[in-house]
Amino acid sequence: MAMNYSEKVMDHFQNPRNVGKIENADGVGEVGNAKCGDIMKIYLKIDDGIITDVKFNTFGCASAIATSSMATELIKGKPVSEALKLTNQAVVEALDGLPPVKIHCSVLAEEAVKAAVKDYYDKNGIEYDPAEFADSGCDHCCRCD
Amino acid sequence: MRVYADNAATTHISDNALAEMIKYYGPEYENASSLHAYGQAAADALADARRRIAACLGCDERGIIFTSGGSEADNQALISAAHLGAKKGKKHLISTAVEHHAILHTLDKLKKEGFEVTLLPVDSKGRVTAGQVEDAIREDTALVSVMFANNEIGTVMPVKEIGAVCREKKVLFHTDAVQAAGHLRINVEEMNIDMLSVSAHKFHGPKGTGLLYAKRGIALESLICGGAQEKGKRAGTENLPAIMGMATALEDACRNLDEYTARVSALRDKVIDALSKIPRSIVNGDRENRLPNNVNMCFEGIEGESLLLMLDMYGIAASSGSACTSGSLDPSHVLLAIGLPHETAHGSLRLTFSEYTTEEEVDYIIDKVPGIVAKLRDMSPVWERMMKEEKANA
Repeated sequence: MAMNYSEKVMDHFQNPRNVGKIENADGVGEVGNAKCGDIMKIYLKIDDGIITDVKFNTFGCASAIATSSMATELIKGKPVSEALKLTNQAVVEALDGLPPVKIHCSVLAEEAVKAAVKDYYDKNGIEYDPAEFADSGCDHCCRCD
Repeated sequence: MRVYADNAATTHISDNALAEMIKYYGPEYENASSLHAYGQAAADALADARRRIAACLGCDERGIIFTSGGSEADNQALISAAHLGAKKGKKHLISTAVEHHAILHTLDKLKKEGFEVTLLPVDSKGRVTAGQVEDAIREDTALVSVMFANNEIGTVMPVKEIGAVCREKKVLFHTDAVQAAGHLRINVEEMNIDMLSVSAHKFHGPKGTGLLYAKRGIALESLICGGAQEKGKRAGTENLPAIMGMATALEDACRNLDEYTARVSALRDKVIDALSKIPRSIVNGDRENRLPNNVNMCFEGIEGESLLLMLDMYGIAASSGSACTSGSLDPSHVLLAIGLPHETAHGSLRLTFSEYTTEEEVDYIIDKVPGIVAKLRDMSPVWERMMKEEKANA
């Protein structure tokens, strides 16, 4: 298999779930930068605290696309509070693993979800603990050392 | 359909080369250093390979030593020339920003030994000029090393002119001809080349074998100590089957060079012209001074690894200068050196053909690439932003 990607990664790369945009989304989060080669943008539709729809746009490698796709699957239909608990590890496990150099893609996916939720909170004046949205900066990027 | 378009990485071995190799793995297996008649037959074969290769390269056969490939040849050329220079107090080396890592990393090693290195910048097409080399040469310059043709973007350097400048200034000139041998006409004598590196597997010969040519009088330093093979410049029993395969493959390539150049460069141009119709695509390298088999393009708004894997799903084997394919942070040093921004360099695609590439195969590539680029752009926030900016500016 190319790049030692699991079958699940290749499936989500070839047939990404929830690709697209949501007009007038309740929350939008964008993380990453094009210079490093990955950008993820996640759109949320939220009704009564439940994520009723989610879409993503991603510029990046196969694992960036696959982690975005899997992250949207994992939070769709879930309460916002549960989406906030999504960890990069959960995304990696759901994809049956990622090559070590690609782990940062799963971190980006976690951060994109959080950024979208933060946007939703900000737009609706919902209070939250800023520590929950602490920017991990470049720490996660294994390519940055 | 399976389409192999990664011939700059490696080529498949030719039937002639393989048949020759099997002969020397099988019935004619002897050691060229043995004194008995069988060994002498092997020594004769080795001498014959050297003569045939020298005829292809336009060089003195006595200057050829066989190595494990292009990287070893590059290492030995640079280290030898640097140390020869240092004996005369010359500790300055000149090369370019777009060399292969076999050159760049050897230069890094020499820097640690106290050598000073000037890496010449290239223009937007990836070329350096003889004038740049002339200006960079100093009293204490020991060596100029400029690649014959670039492995990523296919740009062919003005080797003959650079060689002439080096001759005039009495500075040694080495060229890494790994991508050029078997693909471009090379004449070491006419092109003022003092040292030249070649790798067999880039022209349908075997992997793990190559050669270094060094003009008579250049005392090469042995990197591998041991027996007296290759006039004491490269110890270890010669890999006779691989060397015979290399000689056969290079001879075939040189014999067919005109026909190959005409046919394959037409396929190359067909692909470049067709893929250039994709909006916001960029042709990397020089359209004029270009390897006949090299296509290198960037498609803005997408990332190279995704493009490669989607091509792979259609059976097309290609390569990219994307950081994600190399496991490093930065995209290709060559694409950055020709002035591409990081964002664009991430979306590069290299297709490299061979004499076995067919019209049907390139048509298949031309059919598949635009759809894949469109699919990836469709889900790319970078592309979305570009389109918004385009609309705003319209």
